[in-house]
Amino acid sequence: MIFAVELVIWQLELVIYLFLALSAIVALEVRDLLVAVVMMTVFSFLMALLFIAMGAIDVGFTEAVIGAGVTGILFVVVVYQTSRKSKD
Amino acid sequence: MKDPFQSPIVLLGARLLSPYIMVFGWYVIFHGHYSPGGGFQGGALLAASLLLIRVAGGSRLAELQIREFATTPLAVIGVAIYFATGLAAVAAGGYFLDYELLPIPGMEPAWLRYTGILIIEVGIGLAVMAILVMIYDNMVRGEDYG
Repeated sequence: MIFAVELVIWQLELVIYLFLALSAIVALEVRDLLVAVVMMTVFSFLMALLFIAMGAIDVGFTEAVIGAGVTGILFVVVVYQTSRKSKD
Repeated sequence: MKDPFQSPIVLLGARLLSPYIMVFGWYVIFHGHYSPGGGFQGGALLAASLLLIRVAGGSRLAELQIREFATTPLAVIGVAIYFATGLAAVAAGGYFLDYELLPIPGMEPAWLRYTGILIIEVGIGLAVMAILVMIYDNMVRGEDYG
């Protein structure tokens, strides 16, 4: 069974690329760590969409499950267990 | 997690969502040999459904689901299923994980391959689920680092 996606609209893919870069920049620059974790989850989900658009269904599925599911939960636990020392 | 706040709406949403994620995880595991997915992805989905309840409901509710001491034996059982299947093929005179030599009577080699991959993936899924839940439990407890 071949799961190649033949008909990918390139405008849609371009929009996904733009949101990918946007979520990466927001995750790097934001002060609140919880927002950064959520933005990394968004990045991971968009990356999974791009993998699926490129035809790598299995890679995209793994990215969606691990990156958007388990890693987000573990990062949230880490954020709640640490405290910020500096006040800037 | 040591509840920073307890929200009944979040808990209700997690309780509503968790069984469907778990069913989808088993679906992915059992369809792993001819569709995308497999043992690792299905096990991660099962772990996500368990961790959702653990995050939303706190450790008191998680005690009703999978106890903390049950995760290590489940992981060991998963790894043991994997290696028992592989070594059974070696004992029957083939290579490691040579599915068509598995000692299951009354099966054609094609069906034997299907069954062998299914057994392997159930073992992998069990191990992945148990180890991800174990990582979460150890991170939340946070005292046995030394």
